[in-house]
Amino acid sequence: MLTAQPTSRAAAAELVVDRIACDGFGMCAELLPELIDLDDWGYPIVRSGDVPDELMDHARRAVAVCPVLALRLRRSVRP
Amino acid sequence: MEPRIFAGPPAAGGPESLADHAARLGPMPRGSAAEATIPVIEASGLLGRGGAGFPVGRKWRSVAGQAGGAPALLVNGAEGEPLSSKDRTLMRLRPHLVLDGALLAADAVGADRIAIYVGSAHRDARDSIERALVERRDIRLPVQLFAAPATYVAGEESAAVHFVNAADARPTVTPPRPYERGIDGRPTLVQNVESLANAALIARFGDAWYRGVGRSSTPGSALVTVSGSDRDGVREIEIGTPIGELAEVAGAGRDPRDRQAVLLGGYFGGWVSAERGWGLPLDPVELRDAGSAFGAGVVAFLGHDRCGVRATARIMDYMAGQSAAQCGPCVFGLRAIADATAGLANGTAAGDDLARIERWSQQLAGRGACRHPDGAVGQLLSSLRVFGSEWEIHQRRRTCSREGFRSFAVPVVREKVA
Repeated sequence: MLTAQPTSRAAAAELVVDRIACDGFGMCAELLPELIDLDDWGYPIVRSGDVPDELMDHARRAVAVCPVLALRLRRSVRP
Repeated sequence: MEPRIFAGPPAAGGPESLADHAARLGPMPRGSAAEATIPVIEASGLLGRGGAGFPVGRKWRSVAGQAGGAPALLVNGAEGEPLSSKDRTLMRLRPHLVLDGALLAADAVGADRIAIYVGSAHRDARDSIERALVERRDIRLPVQLFAAPATYVAGEESAAVHFVNAADARPTVTPPRPYERGIDGRPTLVQNVESLANAALIARFGDAWYRGVGRSSTPGSALVTVSGSDRDGVREIEIGTPIGELAEVAGAGRDPRDRQAVLLGGYFGGWVSAERGWGLPLDPVELRDAGSAFGAGVVAFLGHDRCGVRATARIMDYMAGQSAAQCGPCVFGLRAIADATAGLANGTAAGDDLARIERWSQQLAGRGACRHPDGAVGQLLSSLRVFGSEWEIHQRRRTCSREGFRSFAVPVVREKVA
């Protein structure tokens, strides 16, 4: 019998940057250095792939703090 | 191989009239509904000729299958690549073949309007298409001609759609991609003019006919723009023709030792040494696997009297200048790479410029709304591999082993059929 999906599956998401909107404020990298680096001009380099569960709260905070709303979490389906 | 796209009257005769075109090729099979056309295009194995090499039939199927209103067709003849002139040559000489393909594609995907997007600098091509449109009596859809700005990114598919929608030829954030939401928010097929011309031939003669030529895994013939040879110009080749064979025909030497390197695919493409390149087949799939690109069919030979570092610096400067200036990594990263590359080329490099351009280049890929930075740094990284020792000489000795710092002649690509 089918049961509910494990919560981790429903929550799987990756970080995506709207490159046109991004102005390189760099706050995302402050809040989530585990997944986001800045290049020499202050623009984010985001590690690809799903955000690990233990970092999800930090990722949400990074998304929320972006002054130009350029960072978001895009739901992905985990195999 | 007998020419296919360029079968018919010689190039010197100018644009083929509708009467000549119809007498030579006969009428298009009409009323070609999606069910009839798309499987034939799919079975032909035709790959797109705008640069990305995406299977044409599959693209038509995904546009035809989209919800969201009647689709639109965008005929892409922007051709912003400086080393390419095959699209404008095709539009000038065989406008009716392009229009046949456009009407076929519009029917197949159910489009209710056609936008034809021709580079504003390609006046002969535009005139030819315009005259051809006046000659036709079989166009029941609204057709509008748009003059693409003379920039590198104007032909990128989201930029082309953006221009038709809002007169702004800068790329937009994807997804949604044009096949999902394009002109007026409707599913839009963006297809290169050479791809459409091929589709028009496949509709007439069948997919088996199309696959009847081709010397490698990809079937068919393709237009290429050759430069750096004795007989530069646009040629039609059998896909899979080895570069060395094209070199011999075009007068770029019989032997790989006659040239230093080849730039394939254009400013978005990749360098290969002549030694390695001579045996490589001109085939989108095989060149990709070899770390280069067929792109839009650019084959630019570099002689021994030219410096690969300086050639690359020129291209990088151009590409940095052609950024649509929307995304930080492209605006700042490409410019920094271009400036450091220029320093290396002209002997004013700082201590670690070579290491820096490598690091920056590796960081840049995938970090723009479009693939402009990816294409530019891909070309640079291939140059670092192919001209590795020359880059080292420029960095360490601040000089050039090629006498007199002779620069890459940015070829003036002639619009003639060679």
